[in-house]
Formats: sequence, C-alpha cells, structure tokens
Amino acid sequence: MTLVEQSAADLLKQLAAGELTSRELTQAYLDQIEQHDARVGAFLRVNAEAALKQADTIDRRRGAGEQIGVLGGLPVAVKDLLCQTGEPTTCASRMLEDFRPPYDSTVVAKLKAADAVLLGRTNMDEFAMGGSTENSAFQPTRNPWDLERSPGGSSGGAAACVAAGMAPLSIGTDTGGSIRQPSAFCGVVGMKPTYGRVSRYGLVAFASSLDQAGPISGTVADTALLLQAIAGHDPRDSTSLNAPTPDYTADVDKPLEGLRLGVVKEHFGEGLDPEVDSAVRAAIAAYEAQGAKIVELSLPHSRFAVATYYVIAPCEASSNLARYDGAHYGRRTEERAMLASLQAERKAAQEAGDADALDNIDTALVRMYRQSRSEAIGPEVKRRIMLGAYALSAGYYDAYYLKALKVRRLIRQDFDQAFEKVDMIVGPTTAGPANKLGEFADDPLGMYLLDLYTVSANLAGLPAMSLPCGATKSGMPIGLQLHAPPLEESRLLRAARMFEQSGVWKSKRCAL
Amino acid sequence: MYTTVIGLEVHVQLATKSKLFCGCSTAYGAEPNTQTCPVCIGMPGSLPVMNEEAVALAIETGLALNLQIAKFTKWDRKQYFYPDLPKGYQISQYDLPITHDGWLEIEDPKGAFEPKKIRILRAHLEEDAGKSLHDESAGKGDTLIDLNRTGTPLLEIVSEPDLRSSAEAKAYLTELRLLLTYLGVSDCNMQEGSLRVDANVNLHIPSDAAANDDNAQDGKIATPIVEIKNMNSFRAVERAIDYEADRQYREWKETGRRLGQSPKQTRGWDDAAGVTRAQRSKEESSDYRYFPDPDLAPVVISAEVVAKVRERLIELPADLRKRLVADYGLSLYDADVIVNQGRPTVDYYLTVADGSGDAKSSANWLTQDVLRTLKNRELAIEEFSIPAERLSNFVKKIGAGELPSARGREVFELMADDGLEVDAAMDKLGIAQVDDSEIESLCQELLDANPKVVADVQGGKQQAIGALIGQAKKKNPNIDPGKFRATCLALIAKG
Repeated sequence: MTLVEQSAADLLKQLAAGELTSRELTQAYLDQIEQHDARVGAFLRVNAEAALKQADTIDRRRGAGEQIGVLGGLPVAVKDLLCQTGEPTTCASRMLEDFRPPYDSTVVAKLKAADAVLLGRTNMDEFAMGGSTENSAFQPTRNPWDLERSPGGSSGGAAACVAAGMAPLSIGTDTGGSIRQPSAFCGVVGMKPTYGRVSRYGLVAFASSLDQAGPISGTVADTALLLQAIAGHDPRDSTSLNAPTPDYTADVDKPLEGLRLGVVKEHFGEGLDPEVDSAVRAAIAAYEAQGAKIVELSLPHSRFAVATYYVIAPCEASSNLARYDGAHYGRRTEERAMLASLQAERKAAQEAGDADALDNIDTALVRMYRQSRSEAIGPEVKRRIMLGAYALSAGYYDAYYLKALKVRRLIRQDFDQAFEKVDMIVGPTTAGPANKLGEFADDPLGMYLLDLYTVSANLAGLPAMSLPCGATKSGMPIGLQLHAPPLEESRLLRAARMFEQSGVWKSKRCAL
Repeated sequence: MYTTVIGLEVHVQLATKSKLFCGCSTAYGAEPNTQTCPVCIGMPGSLPVMNEEAVALAIETGLALNLQIAKFTKWDRKQYFYPDLPKGYQISQYDLPITHDGWLEIEDPKGAFEPKKIRILRAHLEEDAGKSLHDESAGKGDTLIDLNRTGTPLLEIVSEPDLRSSAEAKAYLTELRLLLTYLGVSDCNMQEGSLRVDANVNLHIPSDAAANDDNAQDGKIATPIVEIKNMNSFRAVERAIDYEADRQYREWKETGRRLGQSPKQTRGWDDAAGVTRAQRSKEESSDYRYFPDPDLAPVVISAEVVAKVRERLIELPADLRKRLVADYGLSLYDADVIVNQGRPTVDYYLTVADGSGDAKSSANWLTQDVLRTLKNRELAIEEFSIPAERLSNFVKKIGAGELPSARGREVFELMADDGLEVDAAMDKLGIAQVDDSEIESLCQELLDANPKVVADVQGGKQQAIGALIGQAKKKNPNIDPGKFRATCLALIAKG
C-alpha cells in the first residue's frame, strides 16, 4: 500500500515510531496533488514550501525528543473558509480573492497547536452556498470517482481531496449538510459536530446559527482523531459550548451495548434512490446482527426542514455578507470608470430634463456598493442574499423568519422526543448518489433538495455524520447517516466504527 | 397658541475601558485606526463577545433612572450600509431592551416651568459606528474612515414626548448629564462625542380641523414629527428646537399638513446658520431588517446581578438637593447651585457645613467666594488651596464673632493665596478680637475729641457717626465698625 492509501491513524503510528518523517509523508501527498489535482480541482491553493517547512520543524522537534501534538506531523487540508494568517482565505469568491487574514481561526490555531502540516486550501461553493462545488468563482471540483460528476458541496474540495488520496485529513464546514453530503458523494467519512462543539471563530460566516466546522477523513478512527484536535470551548465564540472534550480516539473502538437505533419513516419516502435504499437497509441489518434494537419512528416536522432552512440560512447570510461592500476590504469596483459613468448618466438626465431619472440616480457611494457587490458576488450567493433580505424586511419578518424559527423549534422537539426512545438515528445521507456536473445549472430548487436529509441536524444543532455504506452499480459511493443527541459525538463515532468493523462494506480510496 | 412636543434620544458613551464586543481600548484621541482588531472592524470570521461591565453600567443607569431592568434581553442586528459601519449592521437592541419604562424628574429653581417627571421609554445598549473624515482639500473628494470608535458601548436613552419647551429639553439634558456623571457611567463629554442628542419635535395646534382628525387630541391637531440630528451642544439643542417649532408653525400655516399626511422627516441642524435643513429622503428611507444576532446568546439578568449593581449606586443629584433643603435649610436655588457643581463640591459643602455648624453661611461662602475663585483660577474643587476643613474653621470663627465678618473676605483671600490656616491668616493680617471695654474707651475718646459729631447725632443725624469710624479703624484696625457705631450711639444717648 502506498503512503497516500493508508489511514491517518496508521501513518501517525509510523511517524511516532520514527519509521516515517513528516517531510516524506507531506511530499507524498504533494506529489499526489501534483499528479491528479489538475483533473479533480480539489485545491484552490497549495503552499508546498510552507508545508514542507512545517513538516521539517515537526521532524526536528520529534528528533530532539520534544512532545508532539496529537496530529504529530500529519498533513491536513483546510476548506478555504477558515481564516489562516497570511494565507488567502477566499471563500471561493471574487469578493475575497485578495483577502489575507491577519489572524488564525481557532480551528487553524488548534491544528497548528496539534502539529498538523497545513497542506493547502480546498475548493468550495462560494461562501459555502451550494451543494455541488460548481458555484466556486474559480473552478469546479470534480468527483474523483467519476470526473463527470459533482463531488457534492459546499465542502466538495475537502471531501474530494481525501477521496483522491491528496490529504489524509481535511476540515470542512457544514451549514445544511456541506460536510456530510459531499462525504457521501465521495465515499469518505465526515462529521458535523454539535453546534458549539467546535469554535466558529475565524470561520467566515454563511449562516451563523447553523455553521459548524468538522472533520473529513477516510476512516471513522481518523475522524475521531481530527475531531479530537479541533473540538473544545473557545471564549472568543459566545456560542461555543463550555463542555469537556471526551477522549474520542480512546473510545472509538468500544462497541455500544444494547444500542437502540431509530429508523425514521420520513427518510425512506418518495425520491429515495433504490440503490441507496437497499445499501442503507443492509447497513441497518448489520447493526441488528450486532445486537442493536431497531425502533421505527417519525420526525413529523422533518418535511418542513428544507423550507425552514431556506428561510433561516439566507436571512443570516444576507446580514453576514453585508460587510462585503467594497469599502473596507475585498473587491471594490473600478472607481474612476464608475464615477465617470455616473457623471455621464447624470448629465444625460439633466439635459433631457428628466427629473424622475435624475432623482433615481444613485449617489456615488450607493453606486460603489452596488457595483462592487454586483461584480464580485456570484449568482447563487446573490440569490440567497435577495431571499434573506426579502424575508427579513418589514412586513415579511413574521411570516417568514419568525415562522421559520418556530418550525425550527418543532424540528428540535421531534428529535428530543425521538432520543427519549432511541440512542441514535440511522438513515441515508442523501437521496441518491452524486449528480452530474451542471445538472442543477438551471434548477436551484433541485439543488436545494439535495439537503433533504441533512439540514435537520443543523436546524436542531445535533451532531451527525456520514460514512460509506455501499456503492451503486456504476461504482458511485453511497453514504449512511447517523444522528445523535447533542454532545454525543463519542456515541456517533463508536456506532460508526461498529458498522465499519461489521465487514458489510469495505470503503476504499478511488483509483485515479 | 401651539404646544411644542419634544422627545429626546440621547446616546451616551459608557465609561468602560474596552469596547462592547472586544478588548480594544475606548480611549479618545488616538491615531486613527490604532484601536481596532478583527472583531470591531468586522473582519470575515470574527465574532463578538459581550462586555459584562457595559451591561452592569446599563443596569446601574437604569436603576438611577427608575427604569425596569429586563430579566431577559437580547442583541439584534440593525442593518444598513454606510462606510463607517464595517459589518454592514450595527449590534443593537430592538424589541427587548435591557431597561424600559422609567422617569427623570426635572426642576427649575428659577421658576420658568413647574417641576415634572419626564417619562423614559427605554434605554438600550448598542455599539457605536466609526467616523468618516471627508478630505476635500485641493479638489479631492476622498473620504477616510477611522474605526477607533467602532464598537464603543453606547446607551441610547429614549424619552417619551413629555417635554414642552426648549428650556425643559435643556433642563432634562442637564439633569441627565449630571446624573450620569454622578454615577460615573459616562464622562458625557460632548466635544468628544460621549453624549449626542437627537430631538423629535412637532406641534399641537388648536384648530377647528381637529374634529375630523384621527391624530387630534383636545381640539388640537398635530404637525408631522421631525427628527433633528447633528446637534453638538445643549445650546444647539435649544436653538434647534426653537427654530424648528417656528418653522413647523409657518409650514403648517402654509400647507396645513398634519401628522400622518407625510412620513417622519429627518433634518440636520446647521449651527452656524442657525437653521434646520431637510436631509434627502433617500438617505433616510430605511428598513433596518432587525433580527436577533445569532452570534450572541441572549442575556438573562438575575435578581442577584441587579442587587449587586444596586449596591454600588450612590446618592443621586435629586436626592442630594432634597437633603440640602430639608436637613441644611438651604433654598432650592442654593442647593441646586451646589449639587450642579458635581459630587466633589457637594462633599466639600457637607464637610464645611457639618464642621462649622452654620449651613447657610457655609453655602454663602461656597456659592459666592469659593466658586468665583475657582472660576477665576480655572481650578476644580479638588485642586482648591483651601481644603474643606479649613474653610469650616473659617466659617465657624466668623459665626462665633472671633473674626469680624467685615474682614472675612481679606482673610479668605489670604487663605486662598498663601494656603494658610485661618488663625495664621488672621495673625498675618493682625486681626485680633477687640473686647468691649476697649471699644467703649475708644468711643469715649473720639466723642470727646469731636463735639460736633455728638451735637449732630443729638440733632437727629445719626449718620454723623460715620466720620468717626474711619478714625477708629486707623487707631485699631480690628475694630468692628458695627459694634463701634452702636457703642458710640449708646454713649451719646446716655449723655
């Protein structure tokens, strides 16, 4: 097995034993990227020099007998949404094309503290809005299993790079399924932790009450390892939970006794791909074979989840993205040209004696904002800003935003009631395998429905994860999704590991 | 004639060391953009963390203004685009302010209006925006942004429209500023923007048309409400309100336009020209799209927290005035003068009055000689060369007749100039008490030497004694002129 085919946990053992240097390992991944990423497009930027330098430092410290952090020289790829000092943090938007944050996000700071080697920045849908990574302003990412297909989104780059062996570990963010859906499409393991478990400080906000960073990797144990490194309370994030971080890596191999597994009837309704259906049912049977008790249940408000999500997320996005106005940072329109055209318009209206037109001409300031935003923000992001601004505006607030908050509470209540009866909920991550690139170019609503099974966890703030549980006849991965009560990441990981060890499905890296 | 109806919105900068949602300094006057961090300039990914001291100061102010303290309050985003607003929204409080429904009593010792309670609708916390500096030198049209002030904690205190004249508005502002500075929750420095005022003004005009007007009350119709912004002194507030009342009356006579027939207008005050000017409606047509800030948890304020803040509340100006009138026998006017000087002056007064046992005389010396000296020398009371204990001895000596009141001012000035105790100052001026027998012998001596004066007095011209007072003072400068006069008259009467 080549280096890039091995699990992070195995690589870590070799690093710790001195059988492998971080430099060798980092170089192996850099080579893999060099060789394949032109076709996949998972990375927006790879900083080979900085990565190797970091690897050397870790190797030297290990050689000197110093204590090394939990990631001990393993390379990690970071979604281009988490601020990293001096590195471009573009959110795959023209707006932030030249943005170099003067600070590290807490997740990046924790990765550095854990002695990870930061490989580079992965591609995504612009500002994390989208389900296919086609909405990046710079490049689409392709699914390594089938280059004609989407890797999913918005953490498409983060999932694809792991699937393609270009990074053993990667950080994604999940607002409505953006870690789990691409993980399912790319055949890797991805987790959205409990809201507040991982600090949002330095995570460029899309929808603040839903956003959560989390790990993506090839195996459940590797996911535990990466979660270990990034979880924890952060006083700089008021929504961060002040709860102790369990030892995920120590517990992951302990199977759960007497597990009560909830199967939600709404997850097996119309629109579910038959191949996904049968793979998920096989996974459920595997749990049953290990002694789990299966409980049928209903989440009656889950049918409103997508609608609720597509009110709340755009509302928050319209507000969070207001700061990109061309005044302070990010792209500003070419001012000379803008002012000249403004003057010409004004003159023309004056000469025509058109008082109304004259009255409707922007001030220079308003024109600057409008043009800067028009030029630098892509269509999907614009669509959501418009939706959010509309839903929050006077007269509509009660009908949309407030109503959505109420439904959100009901969705959470459904889960609370369900978790009185079961320890975990199991079901499909997505209704079908990865779609073709361009499939949703003219169908934004179709794209929104990709989040059908994943958005509820964000609305309810629950931890959830996706792991590979099968493949279609054409070889596309299928994901199994697990939901647990708040702060029960450990339970999720142990349950996921039980399935992994059942032998029902052996996940593998794709051959490129 | 019409009634002017005024409500004030006062923005007060709270005296915290750091900003509302980050650790940056709030100090005034630093180089532009040196007191900023990713949080207060709204960098992508940055998150706010609430300053608990600002919350405590808001509660303290709320208690002093008789406001209800919310048990549950939250933060909202107020969205609008402006270059000095880096996030594109301001974190403020919308429907659940931290305090609401209280009042401030205003009094007018000069009697221009009756004492009254001005109701306060709410006082909520919010962050300040930055500052735009327009550089128009040499044909440039640049705007530079200084974000040092961004994120500074403000308390917006909104009154009900209970004020009826510019004088009342000024009294309200004066009392509010006094109270806030007593509490120490703000320095209220208007030059540095620590206290800023917007006024909502309209008129209630008696009119027959009131019968058919839904907004009318007591046979009066209301003119459209105008919000006046950009006033940078209390004087400007007074002038702007007077100007605006007059302008609205003229406009009403011209157009007859009433409340509800046109939207609320915003006008700016041009202090140099002494006029309010309409601001472009486009600049003000706002839908702020308020919604709860998802980055900040709601705040639950427990009874314990309120009790703890209540402990640090001090005696407020209105209570002090009442105490000076009731316990010290001062006129409301004198009490007002002393209290309005601020807490250190009140403390000074209390020490002088308690030590000397003569509250009225202490007040006279303080409100006249001390305050005049401080003013001339541009000193604060804490810097004054006569400490309270020393002035107290001085007042006591005058009261006991040990220091002739006619020479009091001389002694006071020497004490102020040379920093002397009262005894030392009297010694230096050679002031000693003259006993009655000495006065009597001096009178006898001078009457004997001036038979004409005796004859004049006997002829009914008592003022003739005046000629002898000068001579007496030459012989003994410590002589008390009143006593001398009385003694002479008694001797003449005795024959």
